[in-house]
Amino acid sequence: MATSIKKSSFDLTHNANKSPHDKFVDIVISVLLGILALISIFPFYNVILVSIADPISIAEQGVYLIPTSFDFSSYGYIFSQKKFGSSILISLFVTLVGTFINILCTFTGGYVLSKKFVPGTKFLKNAIIFTMLFNGGLIPYYLTLKNFGFINNIMVMIFPAAISTFYLIIVINYFITFPASLEESAKIDGANDILILFRIVLPASLPTLACITLFYSVDRWNEWWLAMLFISDLNKYPLQLLLRDMLTNYAKLEGQLGISHVKVYDQGLKMAVVVFTALPILCVYPFLQKYFASGIMIGSVKG
Amino acid sequence: MSNITKNLKKYKYFYILLIPTILYYIIFCYMPMYGITLAFKEFNFNNGIMRSPWVGLKNFNEIFQYKDFWSAFKNTLVISAGRLIFEFPIPIIVALLLNEMSKHRLKSIYQTVFTFPHFLSWIVLSGVIVNLLNDAGIVNQFLVSIGYEKADILVNPSKFRPFIYTTNIWKEVGWSAIIYLAAIAGINPELYEAAIVDGAGRFQRMKAITWPSIKNTVAVLFILAIGNSMGGGAKGFDQIFNLYNPAVYNVSDILDTYIYRTTFYTGASFGVSTAVGLFKSVINFILLYTANYVVKRLGEEGLV
Repeated sequence: MATSIKKSSFDLTHNANKSPHDKFVDIVISVLLGILALISIFPFYNVILVSIADPISIAEQGVYLIPTSFDFSSYGYIFSQKKFGSSILISLFVTLVGTFINILCTFTGGYVLSKKFVPGTKFLKNAIIFTMLFNGGLIPYYLTLKNFGFINNIMVMIFPAAISTFYLIIVINYFITFPASLEESAKIDGANDILILFRIVLPASLPTLACITLFYSVDRWNEWWLAMLFISDLNKYPLQLLLRDMLTNYAKLEGQLGISHVKVYDQGLKMAVVVFTALPILCVYPFLQKYFASGIMIGSVKG
Repeated sequence: MSNITKNLKKYKYFYILLIPTILYYIIFCYMPMYGITLAFKEFNFNNGIMRSPWVGLKNFNEIFQYKDFWSAFKNTLVISAGRLIFEFPIPIIVALLLNEMSKHRLKSIYQTVFTFPHFLSWIVLSGVIVNLLNDAGIVNQFLVSIGYEKADILVNPSKFRPFIYTTNIWKEVGWSAIIYLAAIAGINPELYEAAIVDGAGRFQRMKAITWPSIKNTVAVLFILAIGNSMGGGAKGFDQIFNLYNPAVYNVSDILDTYIYRTTFYTGASFGVSTAVGLFKSVINFILLYTANYVVKRLGEEGLV
């Protein structure tokens, strides 16, 4: 977190010389932000609470803030049901394979498009940016993908999402700043451009590679829109879509999953699935934080 | 002609590397653009797009008669304006406040907490929010326990839009603040030192040093926000689609959700739905270019 670790401008003014008024304002700001942080985190605490709750205990207390009993049956149910397992596997597949395709397409294209001397790159860049400003709309998109056979095909979560123009621009801007000398010396040694990219440029670009890989992975794990449009077969649902069905149409899912009211607390089960869906993000979050304020992000805003 | 083939040969490895990207944009971005012609046709399933008959502006005349269309259009504008007024300034303020903090551990912790919701999908967040606010949720438990009536935020048209703004702020304030914090981090600390020596107070320093340095970032992000207007904000569809319900369609149905419903549920003709989409895209394009132009006239660097 380069930004936050970099000293705040006030460290340069000796803290001891701060007027009482300044110190007071400091405290007010800290407390204010602290309250906002608590409010920000509370909903997540509540989710965990409900996921391990026993509905009777909740009803007994007026306001259920501290867990009085721990009931893990919702989680147990998830582990026992095949449908949850298969959705998790599908999401994992899409995340792994999808991210690989993402990186492959974005870094190859981004590399070439950063080379101004290659004819046609300017035209292509403009054509790509144009797609950010204008698109065909939902139905043309749907019909086009339908014609390519993406209906009920899990690859719909991978190929139509192969490139994010936003990340592509970041990668292009990154490669523009890449020192040409490395490539030039490889060229002199007789390497072709593809070799140069994969053997020299990419290994030297690990931080950016890692950063974009992480961001793409999060996007693939969170993918639900393409699935919702094109996948109607429950067995091919990614976890996000399964969760959405649970949240908006629990009754229908009950039938398909064979959930019995008595054994499983419905809200508890829903929240347990929420926890499952959010957990991978939480796990990679510390790694994401490392890349937050790096110049890559600034470059993207300007670029 | 030979010049082109000469170049193709010289840069052939580059062009090979370019194939996936070109294929992607042709298939998933430009081919659908051809389908826009549907807006001027009467779609016949059997004939497909190409052989469906042209009907000129009939689809547009039709949608301009629908009350729901105007409601969706109005909501899109109102919600986008609301986002610019209520949501847009908050990350700037939070960034300025975070910047004032001298305790790094705490500042780090706050940033971590604020930025977390950004990486979750609106499906997950809608689950979290509804769990909090629904009839049996803890907020209502609390209200009842102190003698108030239950809150019906999720289904109350007069409370729903503020609810949308608030929840989106919760999701995005941390992430947006980072962009401003990164701009602030680039400010030369000597400027602050000099200002303090000159006797400038906290707010004077903010006004004279911090703000001018982030003005351009604000302008660029403002243009981007305007560019997202026709979508009801960035990820506007994701949020509204996962949180809205028939009780609040009249205040929250935006063009994108309207198009989705008319396409897949109410069975309006494809030509009509495409017409709404084209209407939306054209207005969006005009808005973006105008915003970019205005910002450039005001002296800031534009987006394009």
